[in-house]
Amino acid sequence: MTETIAATAWQTLLLLALSPFISGLIRTAKARLQTRRGPSMLQPWRDLRKLFGKGMVVPETASAVFAAAPFVLFSATLLAGLLVPTVSATAPLSKFGGVLAMVYLFALGRFFLALAALDTGSSFGGMGSSREMTVSALAEPALMLAVFTVSLTAGSTDLSQMARAAIGQSWKFLAPSQMLAFAALFIVLIAETGRIPVDNPATHLELTMIHEAMILEYSGPWLALIEWSAAIKQLVLLTLLANVFFPFTLVAGAGAGALLASSALYLVKIVLLAGAVVLVETTNAKMRLFRVPELLAVAFVLATLALISTFLFGGR
Amino acid sequence: MSANLAFAGAAYATGLAVYAGGALTGLLAHGMRKGGRRLADILTAAALAGAVAEALAGAAGLVSAGVWTWRAAAMLPGLAFSVRLDALASFFLLALSALAAAVALFTFSYSRHGVYAEKPLLWGGFLNLLLAALTLIFTAGNVVLFLIAWETGVAASYFLISASHGDEETRHGGLLFILMSRAGAGMITLGLLLLAVSAGTLEFEEMRSGAAHMPPALAAAAFVLLFLGFGVKAGIIPLHIWLPAAHPVAPSNISALMSGIVIKTGIYGIARLCFDFFGDLPAWAGLAVLLAGVVSGLLGVLYALMEHDLKRLLAFHSIENIGIILMGFGAAVLLRSYGYPSLAALALAAGLFHTLNHALFKGLLFLGAGAATHAAGTRNMEDMGGLIRRMPQTALYFLVGAAAISGLPPLNGFVSEWLTYQALLAGFGTTTDITRVAFPVTGALLALTAALAAACFVKAFGITFLALPRTAQAGRARECGPSMRAGMAVLAAGCIALGLGAHGFLPALDAVTQQLLGAGISGQIVNSARAALQAPPPRSGAVSPLALGLLLAAFGLAPLALWRLRRGREKVARGPAWDCGLPALSAENQYTATAFSKSFRMIFSAIFRPRREIQPKYEVSPYFPKEIHFESGIRPAPGAGFYDTFKDAVLRWSMKSRQIQAGSLHAYLAYIFVTLILLLLFGVRS
Repeated sequence: MTETIAATAWQTLLLLALSPFISGLIRTAKARLQTRRGPSMLQPWRDLRKLFGKGMVVPETASAVFAAAPFVLFSATLLAGLLVPTVSATAPLSKFGGVLAMVYLFALGRFFLALAALDTGSSFGGMGSSREMTVSALAEPALMLAVFTVSLTAGSTDLSQMARAAIGQSWKFLAPSQMLAFAALFIVLIAETGRIPVDNPATHLELTMIHEAMILEYSGPWLALIEWSAAIKQLVLLTLLANVFFPFTLVAGAGAGALLASSALYLVKIVLLAGAVVLVETTNAKMRLFRVPELLAVAFVLATLALISTFLFGGR
Repeated sequence: MSANLAFAGAAYATGLAVYAGGALTGLLAHGMRKGGRRLADILTAAALAGAVAEALAGAAGLVSAGVWTWRAAAMLPGLAFSVRLDALASFFLLALSALAAAVALFTFSYSRHGVYAEKPLLWGGFLNLLLAALTLIFTAGNVVLFLIAWETGVAASYFLISASHGDEETRHGGLLFILMSRAGAGMITLGLLLLAVSAGTLEFEEMRSGAAHMPPALAAAAFVLLFLGFGVKAGIIPLHIWLPAAHPVAPSNISALMSGIVIKTGIYGIARLCFDFFGDLPAWAGLAVLLAGVVSGLLGVLYALMEHDLKRLLAFHSIENIGIILMGFGAAVLLRSYGYPSLAALALAAGLFHTLNHALFKGLLFLGAGAATHAAGTRNMEDMGGLIRRMPQTALYFLVGAAAISGLPPLNGFVSEWLTYQALLAGFGTTTDITRVAFPVTGALLALTAALAAACFVKAFGITFLALPRTAQAGRARECGPSMRAGMAVLAAGCIALGLGAHGFLPALDAVTQQLLGAGISGQIVNSARAALQAPPPRSGAVSPLALGLLLAAFGLAPLALWRLRRGREKVARGPAWDCGLPALSAENQYTATAFSKSFRMIFSAIFRPRREIQPKYEVSPYFPKEIHFESGIRPAPGAGFYDTFKDAVLRWSMKSRQIQAGSLHAYLAYIFVTLILLLLFGVRS
């Protein structure tokens, strides 16, 4: 019991502290690749601190849903993050929910944010809300099918079990089903975290924005909560990819030295994956909204192929 | 007989008697003027009391895990009635009565408005009659009583649907309902008779042994006939055409019953068919049920997305949820055919739990929609908006229902979808042939269905209840009466309780799966020490809705508390929302339901085949139009062409048959004579 509480507290801190830093890292690395200097990697942290200290303006049209959404989103995202193993092979709360709960918790946060966007009455909000629900709905089957493929091989929907099953065997990433599932999930990651080529986190151009359009009316601490949730979600999805497909750095025990080494390796994995996101962002242009379904269809096809290769090349 | 079972029987008989009394009183006294209002309330109270008694009967029946039977002596040869309250019947009785009680509560205030207030006694009588018929459908022990109850249910539903029959749309909906129900009932009768002939009796109890000895071709015919017949009632695509026409035009309390439980009589029939009448079915039958589930789920939610009529949207969502239920049932049939009864029990339990959950949240949503449409004076979402400010409680309850139907944790919809996923994932390991791929692919399509449902309910709740009122009447909306709110509150509480307390409820389904498949579920999936559910062994993975709910509250409240504490230093100002510098945000600037679903309309245009018509009207030059006529819509669902062809054929043959219906007495005498001769010949020969 105390162990669970300690692990929960530690991972909560890790998610809260590390997530803005990863967002900053991606932003800075992108700027460097575009031969700009870019802001410091700590800039998202400074933004959050500043936003939390500010007052805010709430639209006259908004109701209680607008006020509730940031808290529901933050809570659901953080809880989803606690179901994913980060440093230790056992996620703090995996006895309370696995990968299905994680996906549905993200859906809970999204549901409320999309409602809050409609609540403002501004047409930007409605536009963002509609687009967000479209993209996420289309990403869902690819996400689930890829997750199922891994889950079927591991014999579990528990993320800790999925990671542990992969540690036990020799590194299996080169199995075709794993590679295909990884590719599918990577595309889903891009779509779910609102990255180029699906969405552009750096723009406020009405023709293109999705996530930003939804939160246009938020300010102050509520905006900070939403930004923080977005960063946490990004970190959680990166962690999911890193630890389910490259689990070899996870430690099963609780020794301090092992945990420290594992933490360092975890950071390396996340930074490398974030680097891949940066590369995708800098080498691609933003897609037209109605080309996004095609990209997600590619992810779905990849996930289907992953499943079929599980069927062809074994797996329980 | 255990005490529970005896209690179940007594409560069952009492409830039925109360319903019957209510029905008779209402139908006989419907012309009464003086004191009619008070008598109408008594009829609603009868429905409520009957529902409570039947709910107790269902619960006691489930707990006792026994079978309560009652047989009437044969009035005519072969026309005996028998009642059989087994675990499956008890479960459906519980689902029916829980919803019926909430609907009756809602009806006290609701019956003071609109078309209901004109003839409250008549509709009160029919409500009791419908509830009695539904109770008998679920508990009938033989073919005769079942068919009588089935037809009574159809008739009572028809009159209730057609309550506002002055309206063309209502008449059309009612007509379509009764036509399709007739066709369905015909197939059901034929299928049941095929089974009865093989079993040599009309009793349901003996059907299983009869079906086991049927020649495979005949068994397949009986299965297909019954599946299609019950499929019409359940609203499986493409047999669903009556559902979106009939459910929305009924008074809202009746819509809630129709979508919540009346279509579940079809699900009940399919459950009886697949797991009781047939002790074993080949794999193709399971795949067919699974396919029906996937198609209905996906197309149902896609058509729901295109709807702007709030009640029609909900009706299409009923089709979607029937699809999700059938995914569980189909997986169960497949798993049983592969020889895994305990996994089949899990899949069946997932389907049954979703049946109950859907009864609760769809009932809740229809009641909420009833309150909203009454307040805004329209069913069109584009003319609502901003209702949350005027009717906060209705909005809250509707939001709970919307979250539950979207499968959001920790509510009940999430739990039944989770169980369905686990059953599907476990199914992958049960066989080595290619059909195993069907399980995870179904799971992925279930994920798509659920995600689209979430999108649809963002639209349904957002456009109806949030932002600015789109019409003056929506701006003047008033919160609905106390009994209407109480009815919704009961159902919302049910959605939350069945989500958080799923680990406590699911063992009740053991009795059902034990009787039908010979295997319980709670042993493999319920971990009551952790208040959690787990995947069936050898797979692992757990979920605890209770823990998730508590943690969600904790993580949400912590920043809220921090923010409240610090709030002294901060300012919360109210300001206008940004609208590109226009003078003021008005209702016309808001995103509409059409705009919200536009992206889906474009992406799935191959299914919707959208059409759009724009006609500018101008006097001098086309560059200065005086007005623009805009019309957009989608083509009807697949299968509509079949109905048109069929209708044309019927009309053509009817025209032709007029030749022998000339109205000449001599011709008719000749027909009678010829028929008599033929019958005599037939009688002599056999």
